Amino acid sequence: MKKNQKQIVGKIIKIAGPVVQASGMLGVQMYEVVKVGKEGLIGEVIELRKDIATIQVYEETTGIAPGTEVVATGSPLSIELAPGVLGNIYDGIMRPLNIIKEQSGDFIARGIEAPAVDHSKKWEFTPEVKKGDKVTEGQIIGNVQETSIINHKIMIPPGINGEIVEIAGKGTYTVDDVIAKVKTEKGIEEVRMLQKWPVRIPRPMKQKEEPSVPLITGQRILDTFFPVAKGGTAATPGGFGTGKTVTQQSLAKWSDADIIIYIGCGERGNEMTDVLKTFPKLKDPKSGKPMLERTLIIANTSNMPVAAREASVYTGITVAEYFRDQGYAVALMADSTSRWAEAMREISGRLEEMPGEEGYPAYLATRLAQFYERSGRVVTLNNKEGSVTVIGAISPPGGDFSEPVTQNTLRVNKTFWALDKSLASRRHFPAINWLNSYSLYVDSVKEWYLKNASEHWAEYREKAMSLLQKEDELKEIVQLVGPDALPDTERLVLEVTRMLREDFLQQNAYHEVDAFCPLTKQLAMLEIILSFYDRALKAMENGVSVDSIAGMKIKDVIARMKEHPNDTFEKYAKEIKSKMESEFSSLEGSQ
Amino acid sequence: MSKVVEYNSIREIAGPLMIVEGVRGIAYGELVNIELSSGEKRTGQVLEAREDLAVVQVFEGTRGMDSKGTRVRFTGETMKLGVSKEMIGRLFNGIGKPIDGKPPIVPDKKIDINGQPINPASREFPEEFIQTGVSAIDMMNTLVRGQKLPIFSEAGLPHNLLAAQIARQAKVRGKGESFAVVFGAMGITFEEAKFFMNDFERTGTIEKMVGFINLADDPAIERIITPRMALSTAEYLAFEHGMHVLVILTDMTNYCEALREISAARNEIPGRRGYPGYMYTDLANLYERAGKIKGKKGSVTQIPILTMPQGDISHPIPDLTGYITEGQIVVSKDLHRNGIYPPIDVLPSLSRLMNEGIGEGKTREDHSGVANQLYSAYAEGRDLRDLVAVVGEEALSDRDKKFLKFADLFEKRFVQQAPDENRDIIEGSFRIGWELLSTLPKNELKKVKQEHIEKYYVKQ
Repeated sequence: MKKNQKQIVGKIIKIAGPVVQASGMLGVQMYEVVKVGKEGLIGEVIELRKDIATIQVYEETTGIAPGTEVVATGSPLSIELAPGVLGNIYDGIMRPLNIIKEQSGDFIARGIEAPAVDHSKKWEFTPEVKKGDKVTEGQIIGNVQETSIINHKIMIPPGINGEIVEIAGKGTYTVDDVIAKVKTEKGIEEVRMLQKWPVRIPRPMKQKEEPSVPLITGQRILDTFFPVAKGGTAATPGGFGTGKTVTQQSLAKWSDADIIIYIGCGERGNEMTDVLKTFPKLKDPKSGKPMLERTLIIANTSNMPVAAREASVYTGITVAEYFRDQGYAVALMADSTSRWAEAMREISGRLEEMPGEEGYPAYLATRLAQFYERSGRVVTLNNKEGSVTVIGAISPPGGDFSEPVTQNTLRVNKTFWALDKSLASRRHFPAINWLNSYSLYVDSVKEWYLKNASEHWAEYREKAMSLLQKEDELKEIVQLVGPDALPDTERLVLEVTRMLREDFLQQNAYHEVDAFCPLTKQLAMLEIILSFYDRALKAMENGVSVDSIAGMKIKDVIARMKEHPNDTFEKYAKEIKSKMESEFSSLEGSQ
Repeated sequence: MSKVVEYNSIREIAGPLMIVEGVRGIAYGELVNIELSSGEKRTGQVLEAREDLAVVQVFEGTRGMDSKGTRVRFTGETMKLGVSKEMIGRLFNGIGKPIDGKPPIVPDKKIDINGQPINPASREFPEEFIQTGVSAIDMMNTLVRGQKLPIFSEAGLPHNLLAAQIARQAKVRGKGESFAVVFGAMGITFEEAKFFMNDFERTGTIEKMVGFINLADDPAIERIITPRMALSTAEYLAFEHGMHVLVILTDMTNYCEALREISAARNEIPGRRGYPGYMYTDLANLYERAGKIKGKKGSVTQIPILTMPQGDISHPIPDLTGYITEGQIVVSKDLHRNGIYPPIDVLPSLSRLMNEGIGEGKTREDHSGVANQLYSAYAEGRDLRDLVAVVGEEALSDRDKKFLKFADLFEKRFVQQAPDENRDIIEGSFRIGWELLSTLPKNELKKVKQEHIEKYYVKQ
């Protein structure tokens, strides 16, 4: 709040959907939050012309009439950051949906004020500094065990540097209690567990580093072929029904980030319910604790107000940065950024701005770039390493990737997971096209893989990719002349690539074992298929026909190896290899 | 709410819109009563409210209105629908007036037709299997209670026959619960409406049905209201009376055309193909009104029908719909030409909520595996058809020939059924499904669990 200043109160002069205009607003700032009418509907100033402010309202405006009062609040759209946010589900402007439910029942009424966290709840705080210590902005001064897996670090808010003159002892406090007093040049500043931060402004950090550690997702096609680095960006564009949401949810469930922020932006209500229903039951493969304890969900479904949809991605990334600042690896899923872009388009249309491509505002590219640039592997103000990985789903109209949202995203995005309708319609899931997708992190994470996963990673990856590439070429020929016209070695390639596609790339997100495939198992599986190929080539040299290779029993075993329990796979892989060898030998022997 | 004042200061009438000036304190979204010089009464809604003027869309159209003698009354209320359980068995026009010759209903309460979004935290995840008796849906694209599953069709295809069959046969296995159908027709022809009515009457469905009918020659703007009336009624029956409501909305394409008409009349910046940029949000406000709520007995399940212009699934109407709904049932011209009824093409069809509604205790333990296997075998067979067209069947391997045969059998025996054939999921769909899968070698059934193959594979 700006002090010593008269509150600005204006009057509505025009309403058309979520955009309203008010006069008498001289002195309000761009992006300042205002409250509209008796119900106090939350809005944000998005245009100023003389004393007339154009306001996007985050709630339904039906029933609002000209002449209604508009009160400026003096601050930009900000959210509360404090212990208690994890495991919750929020709307686009960080109001907890559970509290809204208590206040307004099963349907969302408007004008509800609900703080993001429970202000009366007491948290066990353990200080990390003592009186007289010099502290700087972003420094961690204590800990709160927020959930059984996440230790919520309490930080000095940005902008405060000085000496601790008072620090709370170990004990329980609410988020509003003063836990420290810091003597700064400007005087004594009080520090609480609760921080507020304006969502449209990136939180400060020391510097960005190049991402070099992969985000392990347990998804074979991603980890082995198109990895995204921690702190990197990825985009998954795909028409409806190609499995964007399933892919996003698999990532939210299984990726090895510390914190997951899941933004359901303009998507289906039932999908959010699905997340709420399944996450508490899922166990984190690392800690064995419920997944929900490291997850925060922002749900602004397609029938909730469009302006709040526009804000929801900023809300999400602000929370992500806050946990990054504590030194965590955060992964943020935005499903779907197209709905966000459409919300911008809708608001822009109501403002009668000159439209750019396909009716989207001219600033679409800038906004997308600004959003994705808030990702990164950083050195925090506290000299820790933290990261925000952003994975954005895109819903291109008609599945056509040439549209503006996809194209502008690709320009600022380094991983591209192209979802493919034709794969989806034959139930090849995840329907990620291996020929069109790419990852520009392959070189930067290579070292990590060679050291931590397998020294053969790069070699296997290249070999498998070139086989798949070859298959694509061969398929064109087969379309013209039929498979019989191919030489035996090429028919073998088709046999092996079928195995690669069906037995390796396909992964069942609903299967109890297959849903999550550890990196070691991924590489062991790939090794089996590739060694099958090498061994088969050798067998063919020894006179074995491609038809008898195609009919081998071991292929059925390989087809089902993905379902074999992860913990005993290493042993099982050896078994498969020895069975394979003996079957090949007997084929050769019978020649 | 302001008191009701009457104005006759109409500045402009254009298309479905009317601009009234010199007004005071008119709220956005307010309901407007209009009386023409002839004494005829119409209704409208405020689309834009300014200090001294209001833009009003007139639902019955502006034909016959003049800017001198027309009187406009702003009611100070938003558009509401009087609802009651007595609506069951009744027919209304597109804006909720009875058209079956019976007296108006006595409303139990009045509800805002725009509804309010269901809090995602209050939703219960849909997972109750609905048996429609249609194999291509039950087995391949399972419908569950609280789902929104549209039918994507084209002009000239039997989507109405299919919708009527679903409305007639849909049930939850082994349960006799109170059940209702809400039928919302937007801009369909008299004959189409007649077809539904005859079918509902013949089969007795009419006794548990509420109909809102806007015919092709009724005012186009009314169509904006019709689905909202239907859905408000459905929500009322579901969440206040604990009924399981199936809502059929046809034809959504006409609804979207009406939306475009209003947008054009307001000189809005058009999005794709002239449809307004907010069409996604607008459609979502309808489709998202399906679902179940924790602690409440009833449910709203939606089957919207839309005809894809020129069969183009990437046209904005099916495209935006597909992004909102939980899957789609695609009806195909090719299958129809080959005499297959229902001509459901299972490959582009999808039910997103299927996984939760099937399996042990719901349908049968092998459902997911069997469905996936049928899909991929059929997809492979279809690919081979293209190949055969070029190289001839002789060039195929024995394995491939089996898949080619499978695709034919799948269409003729599994998808094909009579319009009055109500197939039980276990006795019908599963039995036929396994018979077909058993024409393939066991080792090709990679998507089915080994134990299920042992149990259900039919020896030839």
